[in-house]
Amino acid sequence: MIQVLEDSQLVKDYMSGNERAIEVLINRHNARLTGFIYSKVGDRELTEDIFQDTFMKVIRTLKRGAYNEEGKFLPWVMRIAHNLIIDHFRKSNRMPMFDGTDSFNVFSLMGDEKLNAEKQLIKDQIDSDLARMIKELPEDQQEVLQMRLYKDMSFKEISENTGVSINTALGRMRYALINLRKLVEANSIVLTN
Amino acid sequence: MEKIYQTKKNQCKLVSAKPETIKFLLDYSKSLKVTEAKGIQFESNLN
Repeated sequence: MIQVLEDSQLVKDYMSGNERAIEVLINRHNARLTGFIYSKVGDRELTEDIFQDTFMKVIRTLKRGAYNEEGKFLPWVMRIAHNLIIDHFRKSNRMPMFDGTDSFNVFSLMGDEKLNAEKQLIKDQIDSDLARMIKELPEDQQEVLQMRLYKDMSFKEISENTGVSINTALGRMRYALINLRKLVEANSIVLTN
Repeated sequence: MEKIYQTKKNQCKLVSAKPETIKFLLDYSKSLKVTEAKGIQFESNLN
């Protein structure tokens, strides 16, 4: 009669130096783990790589005696694989790669236009700095600048609305920008994202 | 006109890791030694 050893017994055997035990463990969970990784990444070579990295981590942890017997062996191995899959997607997001198929992937052309949380914070900071500095400008310059930048009005429309000539509106805009630059330098503000 | 050759991905589903991968892992396991000195663990790979 063939005796089937429990995973926990095989782990103990391996930790006490029986190299054959890890072979049984790898072969026992090979299909399940491979299927799990493949279902997430959908690529054969990548699945092999992640499978290999997962068991290298398992081997190192067991050899160092750092395995904690509280949980079950397979869920622990799956968790390692899961973390490695997440790491892979994080890296591949930073470095998009050609996937070797001739099928057209629309996502290779589409990008996420939204700013990430950090850039959004910086943008909000810049917007509020700029709004504060505009309030420091003389009223007539402030008025022209707001109409031009925030209301997207032409200088003709500005002149009609403020009752000054187009040249005066242009001059006010010019001075508004010069004064803003001075304020930026004086306050050592960085207005780039 | 110049032909463009392209290697297609294997579309078959993967059911288990290759025997080469398993062999690599077993060899890695045999070669890995962990030694401890003054409470610090050292890993060494003896090929």
